Amino acid sequence: MRPFDYTRAASAADAVRDYRPGTMYLGGGTNLVDLMRLGVARPDRLVDVSRLPLDAIQEVRGRLRVGAAVRNTDLAAHPLVRARYPMLARAVLAGASGQIRNMATVAGNLLQRTRCPYFQDVSRPCNKRRPGSGCPAIEGDHTNLAVLGHSGACVATHPSDMAVALAALDAEVHVTGPGGDRVVPMPGLHRLPGDAPERDTVLEPGDLITAVELPPPPPGASAYRKVRERASFAFALVSVAAVLDVGADGTVTGCRIALGGVAHAPWRAGRAERALIGGPATGAAFLAAAEAELEQAGPLPRNAYKVPLARNLIVRTLEELAP
Amino acid sequence: MNRVEGHVKVTGLATYAAEYPIEGVVYAYPVQSLIARGRVARVDASDALAMPGVLAVLSVADPPELAEDADAELALFQRREVAYRGQLVAAAVAGTYDEARAAADAVRVEYEPADHDVSLRADHPGLYRPEVVNPNLPADTGQGDVEAGLAEAVTTVDVTYTTPVLHNNAMEPHASLALWDAEGRLLVYDSTQGATTDRDMIAKTLGLPPGRVRVVSRHVGGGFGSKGTTRPQAVLAALAARAVGRPVKVALTRQQMFDVTGYRTPTIQRLRLGADGEGRLTALEHVALSQSSTLKEFAEQTATPTRVMYAAPALRTAHRLVRLDVATPSWMRAPGDCPGMYALESAMDELACAAGIDPIELRVRNEPEVDPDTGLPFSSRNLVACLREGARRFGWDRRDPRPGVRREGEWLVGTGVAASTYPAKRRPCKAVARVLDGGFLVQVAAADIGTGARTALTRIAAETLGVAPDRVHVEIGDSDLPDAPVAGGSMGTASWGSAVVRACEELKKDGREGRADTTEEIRQDSRLTRQAFGAQFAEVRVSSVTGEVRVPRLLGVFAAGRIVDAKLARSQLIGGMTMGLGMALMEETLTDEEFGGFLRRDLAQYHVPVCADVPDVEAVWLEEHDERLNPMGAKGIGEIGIVGTAAAIGNAVHHATGHRVRELPITPPKILMARF
Repeated sequence: MRPFDYTRAASAADAVRDYRPGTMYLGGGTNLVDLMRLGVARPDRLVDVSRLPLDAIQEVRGRLRVGAAVRNTDLAAHPLVRARYPMLARAVLAGASGQIRNMATVAGNLLQRTRCPYFQDVSRPCNKRRPGSGCPAIEGDHTNLAVLGHSGACVATHPSDMAVALAALDAEVHVTGPGGDRVVPMPGLHRLPGDAPERDTVLEPGDLITAVELPPPPPGASAYRKVRERASFAFALVSVAAVLDVGADGTVTGCRIALGGVAHAPWRAGRAERALIGGPATGAAFLAAAEAELEQAGPLPRNAYKVPLARNLIVRTLEELAP
Repeated sequence: MNRVEGHVKVTGLATYAAEYPIEGVVYAYPVQSLIARGRVARVDASDALAMPGVLAVLSVADPPELAEDADAELALFQRREVAYRGQLVAAAVAGTYDEARAAADAVRVEYEPADHDVSLRADHPGLYRPEVVNPNLPADTGQGDVEAGLAEAVTTVDVTYTTPVLHNNAMEPHASLALWDAEGRLLVYDSTQGATTDRDMIAKTLGLPPGRVRVVSRHVGGGFGSKGTTRPQAVLAALAARAVGRPVKVALTRQQMFDVTGYRTPTIQRLRLGADGEGRLTALEHVALSQSSTLKEFAEQTATPTRVMYAAPALRTAHRLVRLDVATPSWMRAPGDCPGMYALESAMDELACAAGIDPIELRVRNEPEVDPDTGLPFSSRNLVACLREGARRFGWDRRDPRPGVRREGEWLVGTGVAASTYPAKRRPCKAVARVLDGGFLVQVAAADIGTGARTALTRIAAETLGVAPDRVHVEIGDSDLPDAPVAGGSMGTASWGSAVVRACEELKKDGREGRADTTEEIRQDSRLTRQAFGAQFAEVRVSSVTGEVRVPRLLGVFAAGRIVDAKLARSQLIGGMTMGLGMALMEETLTDEEFGGFLRRDLAQYHVPVCADVPDVEAVWLEEHDERLNPMGAKGIGEIGIVGTAAAIGNAVHHATGHRVRELPITPPKILMARF
């Protein structure tokens, strides 16, 4: 690992004030430290923000404010999260291992990098790691990579489970930075790659996530389901976070669907949602909605399976949520 | 019996190769080739040498002195030609690990790249028949007329299976610590499966007499074959230590392990089977393709289990090899037998389905009287008993043979069976036993790579001496101890145990000391085919929504002679079966066709099973008395557990879904795209 400076921020404001190019904020380190060992991340300086007083989960006027430094384990175990946002608790618990969740923070989970094999290997090209060097995944190993929203420059996926649930819950990400404080809605924090895949998110240099705020839970039943060939401790091939509310007359009154493992960002399936709301909660309707969403898919030869997989997963999950 | 070193291991006191506290130790870090074929044009180490703490840079620019006949994978920095991506082309030596790594990063290597070819394929023009396959077996065997047998068959199967590159992935990364003394003697703390053979190989590579080299390897965190031969890190440590005059440590990263510590060759296997109306084989042909490097020939013995499994009037096996711009494949748990039995036992299941015969019954009907290849008798063979006992325990008689008809919600349920086999041989070994402080000291250069060898030998010695195990101290893992073969080929306990028994018998006669060398005893062993056998049963659930495969139940029944210790044996067998489950469902290293080398070189991408994948895996064994093996009557069990598991699971997936996946691993994409 390259030598670097390490400091501990006294406050979020201090951390931001202290920021300069080459600085990276350190949360639980479960991804950043790996990337430093691999030579993918090469910061001159780490500012440790994991001990800032951003580790509380508080109810604020019916909304839940989750501090950026809350550990994944604590988020999933929190009684209010389990009671009101069980989908979020399930998503968090579907990720990583117990040891990693004990270390990983909420903000760090959002800002983790893709696990694309080329991105993680500094001896090979990667537009995300070295802009302009090329994307060998498009011709090579893209089995686990994107089928939606990707570009000719990058087919990486965002690996987080938690972010998929947050995208379905319309969470808001609170950011402080050199430009002041602002709120970034989920989805919307993560970008699609376009021709600038080196940028994972809309955050600007020096921006620091301070909290994630959850609006009151949408009415209806919810679920998070993750598909992987290993029963635990594996990234999603595809995952789905879904909320379904069906009126007494059998009409869909509310629907949220987000997909993981398919895009550079958690993928909110807006087309599917719009297709369902106001219509019947039937298997045929779910299938039509899933297909409407996946019409946009552009699978590559080795990840074409993700299209039927996402389709099946949406349909099955909604069927289970329907009364 | 509990492991004698269990306490020191779980309390962290057991010392592994990289952990010896040596004063003045410095570190070497390799520079690896970025091309898959070509030439190193220039090595510029000036920047690296100017960095803090850097003591030396070794490279092809100034080839260190090595024996001319050194193994091509160990002849570091001797030739400018690059044989594969990831090959060591230079190394930096520095005061700390991080300094060495940073310096290695700063070594500028210029290449003259050439086109590379890294892909095994069935129509590769470079395929050829090797003279022999490992360990020294004929590449091809044949008797009878396969075409005639197929022509007269009522049922035929002609299928091709593929298995991917697999990596051993022992928990402890390969590490070596080398020290030269003032007299030019070399001491290497190494992570190895055999101190004696490692010493000999290091000595040969460096052009030293074996007496000038000592290897110490008290504890080893797994090997699965990847530490069965000397690896480049040991040679690099020795060369670097010689160059800088200090002790040098080399600890490979997980990624480097994928590149330079061996792997299981991918295979393409075609099976042709014919059976008469009763399910008796009229022909059986197994042709296996695999790869090796351009550096040397490693010809895996993939089709050899087919030579001993079933009686067939026409029986042909053949191996073809192609030399690619890849690292040399090497030993991995049940080399040859494991991928070979995957294909054979899958094909037998296909034949059973095609013939409408129960797969256990099909195997029973084709049980041979003698070794079908050599005509020799088996020392013991209890495959049928394993199948019967497994069927009873697993509830096989309640099985509906129809595929794709059992459903629990979205989950399709199926069961499958496959046979296991592995050779049960032994090698010459020496041992010493003597009375010491009211107890007994037994010395043999054996290796405990997590198998429980130290404990098994303690028990064997105690039983021979007629004393309690706590009065016996077994010393292993040091090449200064009596010469011993590697922990490999399921021959460790059989080989070392034979020598330990004989030494203890001599001690009993002498009263003070006993010495043994089993070379002559083994030379006089009668000519027999010695194999362990087993039967594995799997229940799978396959999601019709996602293609996910889960294995709620896995049972192995084995006949492996006398089981030396039940607790250790169960761990070995269920460990092998778990690794077999990994092979069936998830393990796969991708070859990078564009750049060469391997992709997914870490444990986040190369998936091995986790606890959640094996909720119920059980291994049991039959009483088997076989006096013609060795003094213990034991057959090795380190490898047979992994043989057959993947076929049992694949057969169960077919039974569940009606779809046959013939390319391992059986992943959700393959099921989904074919079936749903």
